[in-house]
Amino acid sequence: MLEKLIYFLIAAVILLVIALLHVAYLTYAERKVIARMQQRLGPNRVGPRGLLQPIADMLKLLTKEDLVPYGVDKPIFYIAPFISLVCAGTGVALIPLWEKFVISNINVGLLFILALSSLSAYGVILSGWASNSRYAFLGGLRASAQVISYEIAMSLALLSVVLMAGSLNLMDIVKAQINSPYKIYLIPQIIAFYVFIISAIAECNRVPFDLPEAETELVAGYFVEYSAMRFAIFYLAEYFGMVVMSALAVTCFLGGWIGPFEVPYVPFFWFLIKLYFLLFVYIWVRATLPRYRYDQLMGLGWKVLIPVGIINLFLTALLKLIF
Amino acid sequence: MEELLNELKEKFSSVIIEIQEKDYPTLICKRSGFLDLMKYLKDEKGFKYLIDLCGADYLEYKYKNFEERFEVVYHLYNLDNKILLRLKVRVPENDCWQYSVTPLWRTANWFERECYDMFGINFKGHPNLKRILMPDDWEGHPLRKDYPVYLEEEQEWKVYKELKEKVKQQS
Amino acid sequence: MATYLEINKKQVKEEKWEEPFYLNMGPQHPSTHGVLRLFLELEGETIVNCAPIIGYLHRGVEKLGENLNYNQTIVLSDRLDYIASAANNTAFALAFEKLMGLEVPRRAKLLRTIVCEMARICNHLLWLATHALDIGAMTVFLYCFRDREWLLNIYEKICGARLTHTYVRVGGVRQDFTQEIIDELYKFTEEFPPRIYDYETLIDVNRIWLKRTKGVAVVPAEDAINLGLTGPVLRGSGVPYDVRKFKPYDAYGEVDFIVPTGKNGDTYDRYRVRMEELRQANRIIRQCLDKLPETQGEPVVAEDAPDLLIPEKIKKPEPKPVPKKGVIFKGEEIPVVPPGEAFASIESPKGELAVYVVSDGSSRPWRLRVRTPSFVHISAIPYMAKNHLIADLIAIIGTLDIVLGDSDR
Repeated sequence: MLEKLIYFLIAAVILLVIALLHVAYLTYAERKVIARMQQRLGPNRVGPRGLLQPIADMLKLLTKEDLVPYGVDKPIFYIAPFISLVCAGTGVALIPLWEKFVISNINVGLLFILALSSLSAYGVILSGWASNSRYAFLGGLRASAQVISYEIAMSLALLSVVLMAGSLNLMDIVKAQINSPYKIYLIPQIIAFYVFIISAIAECNRVPFDLPEAETELVAGYFVEYSAMRFAIFYLAEYFGMVVMSALAVTCFLGGWIGPFEVPYVPFFWFLIKLYFLLFVYIWVRATLPRYRYDQLMGLGWKVLIPVGIINLFLTALLKLIF
Repeated sequence: MEELLNELKEKFSSVIIEIQEKDYPTLICKRSGFLDLMKYLKDEKGFKYLIDLCGADYLEYKYKNFEERFEVVYHLYNLDNKILLRLKVRVPENDCWQYSVTPLWRTANWFERECYDMFGINFKGHPNLKRILMPDDWEGHPLRKDYPVYLEEEQEWKVYKELKEKVKQQS
Repeated sequence: MATYLEINKKQVKEEKWEEPFYLNMGPQHPSTHGVLRLFLELEGETIVNCAPIIGYLHRGVEKLGENLNYNQTIVLSDRLDYIASAANNTAFALAFEKLMGLEVPRRAKLLRTIVCEMARICNHLLWLATHALDIGAMTVFLYCFRDREWLLNIYEKICGARLTHTYVRVGGVRQDFTQEIIDELYKFTEEFPPRIYDYETLIDVNRIWLKRTKGVAVVPAEDAINLGLTGPVLRGSGVPYDVRKFKPYDAYGEVDFIVPTGKNGDTYDRYRVRMEELRQANRIIRQCLDKLPETQGEPVVAEDAPDLLIPEKIKKPEPKPVPKKGVIFKGEEIPVVPPGEAFASIESPKGELAVYVVSDGSSRPWRLRVRTPSFVHISAIPYMAKNHLIADLIAIIGTLDIVLGDSDR
């Protein structure tokens, strides 16, 4: 009993550190990749090829002055970033990395991750309200409405996967994919995959859906009044969300850790490859597309994605009935 | 062009004092009856585009042959016939107002605000005559000829003086 | 604070009292291009009323111009629309030449046209970069700046400065082009049209871009003329008014170009008008470069143009000198300019830039008035932004192509 507890603690700490490193270097990778797409070099001064850039950013943010504006609601102001971070980061514990390793293998894993992403909307709303500022308030309103509407689309996409796999347990979903062509759910569930990817980009408030934090319009929206480490926490929470959503997509649609051939000593090799590819898609989309206006964004979520999700659900149910 | 000028001279002989032929035909008008002339030019003759509206201060101008101090200058343009017309209205200093042409051309709104800000000429009938380029509580009208290019220490703007004091105290 | 708007207070109901929501997009904001302050009255996200407040960059160009020589005011004019400063210089020079009755040699006219069209390309590239960046497409920004760097390097070879040129002077230009500059300009005109195609592929048929710009801020033609809009904004609404065709100046009478005109008057049409103007500007530069060898050897300044000499640096004159016009001897001002007035307007990249100058016979203007397009365009924002969302307001500011140095002078 005690050994199991210690084992879990150590595994959790190691996984947390690795996930944090991934998130930090995701910021670096984003800057480099976008720079190359725009015909310029990214950061290349700090460390060899700029590899120590995230560490430099962290140090800078740690040593900045922590401004708390006048008239804010202090308890909520202090708590809000942590809500975002915790809700975004806890999902890492549920993703199965390889056949024998998942930190918590609960039977309702998928539902738990969806619930966590709903909770993260609280972080946004509370931070927008507690900063005593109109810009933050507008940003918070927009963000909360956006997050809620795209969650429905995401849940519909994932429901189709659950129908096909027959269970909410993430490990079982990956194992159930062995029966599909190429061992992934992508081909039967291509519509659901697209709906999920678009909703995931909207959930994380990334371009083209990043109106709540649009730099040129609302001057960073709901976290405009946060500085130094609190801003860093929001920033981390956003990239954590990206990683968790991509990992979820890999688990549900792309087959988790299953690959064409076994790589010795590195059981999570295929998982990481697929994860990195999806993260690259996130960055690619950011460099290319302009931003949606707010009413068009909501229109896309409600009028396009949700009907498509429902149709996909019916089709999946039909197919499962027939075959 | 000639017929246009002759026609205007006949129709509005009480308003137009003189027609000068400089680089563009210039009509010097009186203040009373000016709005009718502008309305005629805009509606009947098709001068739909007001290029510019500005003021000029002629205090101690060497070649001056009139007694009023200010002049308000209008440049009108006819897009179909490509005619540019310049109209001038003379405004005395002690009776410093002029009719506003904002109901006819909406661009005149900000032009007249700037003219008021820089010269102090009031425009009757303007919806919102306030200072536009200078701060709202500025005193004086900068483009007048008796306004210096550099202000003395005592005449500086109050807000700026307070700011300088504050900075001196802190350092 | 709420007195900036002419507000009709909502009717006070007995129990509830509704207060409108005011938002101040202050002078410091990433997407108002300069220090523009917009005071908005919002209802949800829809703008009910909007009051622009300018004057944060007012430097008193008109007052300063009354205390400087004619050639010295050209330096002031650079800083008005600091993105395309060759155009401002040309406007001032044209007005002064009309006043003095100077005849500019043909080679100077061609050089001026080339520099003005280069300024037009620079300005439209910057416009596209910031407009796209505001709407969210980051990559277009960097592509445009890559080309703009090329042009600014050519400018540095021509006149020594990248942004504020003071190249066009009263009577002509400062100095002639070298062969190196002409070769590089030929190379530029060859390689530029494929690059315009590059920018267009990124955003032209992108559905998000179309949704953000089609139908936004439609201005019918009548209202546009009444509001005083000029330049690409007016041409997007369907009125083909271009000062280069209506009142030709410099070498525009000799070259062959079309004036693109839009149909609906919305943001997308203005975007297409400006992209087409980029191609036409390229064409004009090419034609002027082809005509340059004919005028080889001509002077680039008119013979009787006034000189820019600082009084203390001239030698003491011999008794009974024949003074060159424009030089101020100590205590004595030689009449340079016949007293009178002049009005000249050009097609600057943003709209119609007009200069009205009154002279009293001395070497300094009596009254210098600059009518800038940005001033008029900012006054049209309340009309255009009614019943649009805040996100559209950013697109509107971008499509009007406002520079605060131009508007505040």
